[in-house]
Amino acid sequence: MKLTTLLSTAALTLALSAGAVHAQDSSGAGDYPSKPINYIIPFNAGGESDVAARFQQPYLEEVAGQNVVIQYIAGAGGAQAWSQLNGMEADGYTIMGSNLPHIILQPMAQDVGYQTDDIKNVYFFQYTPDALLVPADSQFETLEDFVNHAKENPGAVTIAGSATNSANHVAQTRFNDLAEVNTTYIPFSGTSPTMTALLGSQVMGAFSYTTAALNQGDAVRVLAIAAEERVPAFPDVPTFKELGYDMVGGAYRGVAVPTDTPEAVQQKLSDMLGEVNANEEFQKKMEDAGFVVISVPLSEVPDFMAERRQAYEDVAGLMGIEMK
Amino acid sequence: MSGKRDVREEPATESFPLPTHCSGLPMEKLVYLFDALSVMNLVLALGGVVAGILIGALPGLSATMAVAVLVPFTFTMDPASGLIVLGAIYTGAIYGGSYSAILVNAPGTPSAIATTFDGFPMAKRGDGALAVSLATLASVVGGLVGALMLMFLAPPLAQVALAFGPPEYFWLAVFGLTLISALSVGNLLKGLIGACFGLLLSMIGIAVVGADVRFTFGSQMLVGGIDIVAGLIGLYCIPVLIDLVATRDPHLKVESDSSGFRLGESFAIVMRQKVNMIRSAVIGTVVGILPGAGGSVASLVSYSEARRSSKTPENFGKGEPGGIIATEAANNATVGGGFIPTLVLGIPGTPPDAVILGALLVQGIKIGPQLFQSQGSIVYTFIFGLLIGTLLMLPVGLVVGRYAYKSIVAIPKSALVPTIAFLTVIGSFAIHNNLHDTAVMLTLGVIGWVLNRAGFTPSPIVLGLVLGQIAEQGFVQAYLIGNAQGNVLGQFFGRPISLAIAVFAILTLFYPLIAKAIGAARARKSETDTTVESRDADA
Repeated sequence: MKLTTLLSTAALTLALSAGAVHAQDSSGAGDYPSKPINYIIPFNAGGESDVAARFQQPYLEEVAGQNVVIQYIAGAGGAQAWSQLNGMEADGYTIMGSNLPHIILQPMAQDVGYQTDDIKNVYFFQYTPDALLVPADSQFETLEDFVNHAKENPGAVTIAGSATNSANHVAQTRFNDLAEVNTTYIPFSGTSPTMTALLGSQVMGAFSYTTAALNQGDAVRVLAIAAEERVPAFPDVPTFKELGYDMVGGAYRGVAVPTDTPEAVQQKLSDMLGEVNANEEFQKKMEDAGFVVISVPLSEVPDFMAERRQAYEDVAGLMGIEMK
Repeated sequence: MSGKRDVREEPATESFPLPTHCSGLPMEKLVYLFDALSVMNLVLALGGVVAGILIGALPGLSATMAVAVLVPFTFTMDPASGLIVLGAIYTGAIYGGSYSAILVNAPGTPSAIATTFDGFPMAKRGDGALAVSLATLASVVGGLVGALMLMFLAPPLAQVALAFGPPEYFWLAVFGLTLISALSVGNLLKGLIGACFGLLLSMIGIAVVGADVRFTFGSQMLVGGIDIVAGLIGLYCIPVLIDLVATRDPHLKVESDSSGFRLGESFAIVMRQKVNMIRSAVIGTVVGILPGAGGSVASLVSYSEARRSSKTPENFGKGEPGGIIATEAANNATVGGGFIPTLVLGIPGTPPDAVILGALLVQGIKIGPQLFQSQGSIVYTFIFGLLIGTLLMLPVGLVVGRYAYKSIVAIPKSALVPTIAFLTVIGSFAIHNNLHDTAVMLTLGVIGWVLNRAGFTPSPIVLGLVLGQIAEQGFVQAYLIGNAQGNVLGQFFGRPISLAIAVFAILTLFYPLIAKAIGAARARKSETDTTVESRDADA
């Protein structure tokens, strides 16, 4: 008897709280923001998305005049959170971190419960360029050494990275294509295990981000960085472009809202994030940590997304992702 | 209360001759000890430990969560104080997880999984206070060992993390899995079936290697996989709850003499088990250094070792104090161990370390090999803070643990069951702020209860769930690397550390057979001496 009571109570609790999520709000920008903003990060605390949001937090609070509360809904490489985004309150008080290539590649590769167009991006504010790293005691001093060795030993050069169909995987695939080499990609479950494998010379190289390379200091050698121009934190490291490979990319991070969020609120949010991005103190902190600050406001998001989408679609075919 | 003075001195003077260790420490570093001892930092460490213990004790609220929630508050503090709070919360939460493991059979954090094996049987037979006291002593000693190794041996030990490649992780997970044969003596088949079920559960969702979507049955809910914490709460808590409701027995047997911490008895046991305790603390530190392994693996491995080397292995799983000592010493040692790669290499050893690393970045502190030199004041103040926080766990833990035990015993079942049920829902929701995990937890709970009735215990299932991913990733990565090098067999069998772990795994796997043979030999030798079990001396 009591067992059924217990279970039905539990089921009822579930049903009630699920229903509570759907509430409507249709006011314009008005006095937005007039209460604390929940900033949801679709990854665990401590990752690049979290660190960048933490950098934004104090400045955004200043601009908004409201508290910004950072929360985490991690799982399935971010898909757990993004698939729920449009079920959340569309009033501008729930905003969510948005990551490229994730929100483009994930729905392209499989059914993850959302489509790229379901994510309403209001601003892209930074990216972490891809960087090709080798251990400090590696035989490879330059990118040329690395490429030559890979050409002489097809398939034998191992490159570690975080997860399959991820930004690191895209970088490795694109590098294979541009340098006309055949390297073997070894996916790990995150940046830390990737770096551990690299530092322990379990693999010959790794594709990661500038931010991760910075944490390892002298223990790793950065062969090249996939940015438009040299990154302030690595003044001596050449870009791929300088070396003749047309490779610019990495993980781009922005802020998204549920699609029903009023346009005036979206615009206000985009303006506020732009103001944070223009703050020199904020820029300095970001650059010191290896991030590259970019400013893609609401009006430019569609073009930016189209451009990135094209780039990822080109690579997706090489990665064996079948487009639907 | 009379034993309180000894309590503070015991671990420092008996097990760890601090003065001799200090000879390796340049005098100027002792200055940082006084920094750490400032009133403000002491208050912060105390507050952190209390908060950590409470959060850790609630099933589902893990150490990672405790640290993540409190990170923003530390941004207003100076870096060393902020780190001291985070370290104190972390170590407190890992220890706090043992309460619910012992008293409710529901590990408060994944690190405390193996504590349920002997903790709950002890509580059930009326030795709950003793079990809590043992867990406290072992946690403090384990925490101290880890923190001291962090202080004195961090740079060389960080190399251990680097020596562990995919094949080593694979064998380590296999070693953990062999514990199943030990956990299911007398019912090996059911243990293996349970483990296979757990392994299948671990494969649900998007695979890290290959990104295949597996066993989701078209459900969005399962794309993210089965969260280990949700699995833990479901498989351990829900069957306990259902049984509590379905039977008339009281939850725990009330001790005849329910006054006091039973400290004297605890000390006696701890002294007998000191080899086990130190070995477990060392295992814990080393496993803590390995990114991706963590407290759950550390406590499982040291439990397995404690059982293998015990003279009375048949008592393990039935309320053997040595089991609690092994797991609790190991999981608290992972705190110090985990900080080693975090601070030396900039690679977080455990999930809470990743959060703390992020906090350091936001504070503008550059981690990495140069940290010990460039930011020595912060690092050493922090390590002293961690040592102080660990010592504070002793008085705080004994007081809190005592009230926890008393209230669990005193609360009528009609209040206890809804409270725990409420906590299971909150805890599973809090993992990712997501009802998916709550649904997974409830489903697994019901499955777990049904399986329990059929004689399947939850531990092999949980072992499969926890270790399955580590084993799978290690295997596939090692295979890919071996393939690229044209030497697959060399990856798995040509590396010394791999081989050593594999040998231990085989020993543990065939342990029941070996034990049987030894037991038979012993029985032939001394047919009259049947009371061997009572002598559990380990030293």
